[in-house]
Amino acid sequence: MSTGTVATFEDSLERLEVGWTHTSSDELGDVLREVCDDPAVGVPLPSDAPLPEWVNTNPTPADLREANAGVTAAGIGIADYGSVVVQGTPDGVEPVSLFCDRHVAVLQQSDIVPGMPEAFEWLGEEFRTGHSSAIIATGPSATADMGALVKGAHGPKDVHVVILDE
Amino acid sequence: MSKAREAKAAKIRQLMETEGDAVNTGTSGFNQGRYESVQTLDDYDGLKSEARAVKEDAIERLPELIDELRETVEENGGTLYIADDAADANRYIREVCEDNDAERVVKSKSMTSEEIEVNEALEHAGTEVIETDLGEWVLQVADEAPSHIVAPAIHKSRDAIADLFNETFDPDEPLETAEELTMFAREQLGELIEDADVGMTGANFITADTGTIALVTSEGNARKTAVVPDTHVAVAGVEKLIPTVEDLQPFVELIGKSGTGQDITSYISLLTPPVESPTVDFDDPDTPITDAETDRDYHLVLIDNGRMAMRDDDQLRETLYCIRCSACSNVCANFQHVGGHAFGGETYSGGIGTGWEAGVEGLDSAAEFNDLCTGCSRCTTACPVEIDIPWINTVVRDRVNRGDVSEVDWLVEGLTPDEEPGGVSFQKRFFGNFETAAKVGSFFAPVSNWVAQSSVSRNLMERFLGIDARRELPAFQRETLVEWFDARGSRVQNPTRTAVLYPDVYTNHVQVERGKAAVRALEALDVEVVVPDVRSSGRAPLSQGMIATAEDHAHDVYAGLAEYIDAGHDIVVIEPSDLAMFRGEYEKFLPEQSFERIADSSYEVMEYVFGLLENGADADALSVVDGDEVAYHSHCQQRTLGLEGYTEAVLSDLGFDVATSDVECCGMAGSFGYKSEYYELSMDVGSELKSQFQTDDTRDRTVVASGTSCLEQLDSLLSRPTQHPVQLVAPSR
Repeated sequence: MSTGTVATFEDSLERLEVGWTHTSSDELGDVLREVCDDPAVGVPLPSDAPLPEWVNTNPTPADLREANAGVTAAGIGIADYGSVVVQGTPDGVEPVSLFCDRHVAVLQQSDIVPGMPEAFEWLGEEFRTGHSSAIIATGPSATADMGALVKGAHGPKDVHVVILDE
Repeated sequence: MSKAREAKAAKIRQLMETEGDAVNTGTSGFNQGRYESVQTLDDYDGLKSEARAVKEDAIERLPELIDELRETVEENGGTLYIADDAADANRYIREVCEDNDAERVVKSKSMTSEEIEVNEALEHAGTEVIETDLGEWVLQVADEAPSHIVAPAIHKSRDAIADLFNETFDPDEPLETAEELTMFAREQLGELIEDADVGMTGANFITADTGTIALVTSEGNARKTAVVPDTHVAVAGVEKLIPTVEDLQPFVELIGKSGTGQDITSYISLLTPPVESPTVDFDDPDTPITDAETDRDYHLVLIDNGRMAMRDDDQLRETLYCIRCSACSNVCANFQHVGGHAFGGETYSGGIGTGWEAGVEGLDSAAEFNDLCTGCSRCTTACPVEIDIPWINTVVRDRVNRGDVSEVDWLVEGLTPDEEPGGVSFQKRFFGNFETAAKVGSFFAPVSNWVAQSSVSRNLMERFLGIDARRELPAFQRETLVEWFDARGSRVQNPTRTAVLYPDVYTNHVQVERGKAAVRALEALDVEVVVPDVRSSGRAPLSQGMIATAEDHAHDVYAGLAEYIDAGHDIVVIEPSDLAMFRGEYEKFLPEQSFERIADSSYEVMEYVFGLLENGADADALSVVDGDEVAYHSHCQQRTLGLEGYTEAVLSDLGFDVATSDVECCGMAGSFGYKSEYYELSMDVGSELKSQFQTDDTRDRTVVASGTSCLEQLDSLLSRPTQHPVQLVAPSR
């Protein structure tokens, strides 16, 4: 993955009006503090980066309903589109990324791919090796059904991407 | 006007008044978005071809893919049910709901579920059904039908939705803005989803290798519908099947861009149900979601309902490649002005809607709106899977014509100069045989024109042919272009090339002056011109759905031109709709080699002039000006062929200052604007072109247009004279 891919990813996020922050595993907690309003729920990251204690990683349906921010990992980022791929794992990534007003997606910089062909190469492999679902999420949920574009329909009103640089 | 025509005109008039503005704002915005969004792709055409190839292959191998899918779905722990028809599908879904004691089903948007009317079936059985897509929910509350396959409530303005919600729900504070309406719906629907027992989704694509369904959405309701309840029913047509996960890629890149002009929708859900995500049980709000027991149940209901028969139908098969993106609706000038409530059948609307309705509902439903496709062809390049949508509409029109045989038709059939059986309406037969009318018209001109314009004749024409009396008729010229040229002969001393100027029926009989101008322009550039007496292209009968007659024309035209082509001469065509026949539909009528020869030898007249100038012809032999201002309207089919740039380039090179319109179609579209049931729609569509040519910048410009219909329409819309661009550039003698 080249720096060009990361720059393209950032340009795409800019276009989508999605914020992003570069950080390291050590400083992840500080960054999350800045971008999450309480109460926050989350799913432990598959990388070794720990989530801060104030992120509730064992949420109930009631917690989901009340949470302002949901922190999850993203499998890959897609530079051309500014998309993050959210995997529907048994630990609840899908509901945590869906029910809160703000979705905070944590992504390893090395997992950003240039475009859709590379993304589907990865997805094909994932699906054939047993993963059952993935959402290619691009910006917040939105609708134009009420006469003008509104961000925040059934899903998050806002997305923030945290990029973990190695 | 006949009662049926009057009723149709009245319905269109009413929809233009009540829904036209909202539909036009929405669809035009999507259409503009498409133009901008596809530019972000490195290889748009390549991606379309890739998508097309996936669909062709998938439909070809459909039975085999269904077998593969059955295995993968069952291996995943789900159930695949193939439903023969709507009743079969509804019965199965009802039983799934009964087995789960379902009181409420929440649904994400699915056209296929509209097709089978599953909501009614479930409600009849006592299960509540909630549409969670905001647009669909608006319609459910209003008890109205979708008017667009992607944005179902596109015909409702924000004000209308606010009135509806305020009246129905009587909120504490009246709702007004789109934001307020959306948040209100989000809250209401959020609660309804929380208590749902079954989630029903559609599927935009299904991959046979993994049993993964792809849902293309933006609101997030499909995600909630799939993840919250523990029972998931996905309903889709069998044609949604594609071989592999990787095959999704071109579609994911194309569908949002083609439809609503978004680079990609907010969510592409790729689900291989039963999914591993924990259910979210709001009845048990205090147990952590990962602690609760998740036992998911998944049913994939694939619906045939006429599709396997479409697969066997050489003409309708292409319809099955459709990914329901709505590009053909949004790009369509007529659709932009009336929406799917006029331009639609039982379920499906827009250009490709005819194919779907003919295949799943039957010809009667397709016949309701098939005539609204004028064959302008703007949808063909917008379609992400390269479907020849006008052809499907033509085939359906032909079948409707043939299926509607009344008692007097055997008489008509014997008297008409075409290849059609009975059943074709007098109106369609008249326009389809326009060449015959033109020959008679020229022979008796100017008397024929006086007679035709008399009030008695106009009255009769309106009553029997449905030709609107408000439309000015073309004036036939006594001396045809062929006769004029025969008498005049060629006037080139040392020709560099020889070109056949194809005497299309309008140039030959009506707009003879543009033909003469073309001869003078080509001769000025040292081209020897011949104008043989060749039959009309068949465009007129084709546009009426008279395919056999059009094919007959094609054979005669090829026979009339073959020797010239063999001699290495070029075929120059003035009328873009005829050139579009040579380069397009003739492929279906002629042997491959014949088609290639005529297609490769034919040029639009300004394209040809451009080529001559590029190859060293002396531009000074034409009319060179100093910044004369011109307003140019290209022809719809000419734009689809990618040819409007040549006219602009030639005019600019000769010193003209060119402003080009950007409407999809002038609204006239051959015979369409003459028909009394469509006259007002035609003028409404034309009003956009009119306003583009009446701005501060354009109102004093000389008006030029490439197509006969466009010129006739512009004559009706503007008080300025109009002409073909070749008349501007040709030397006066």
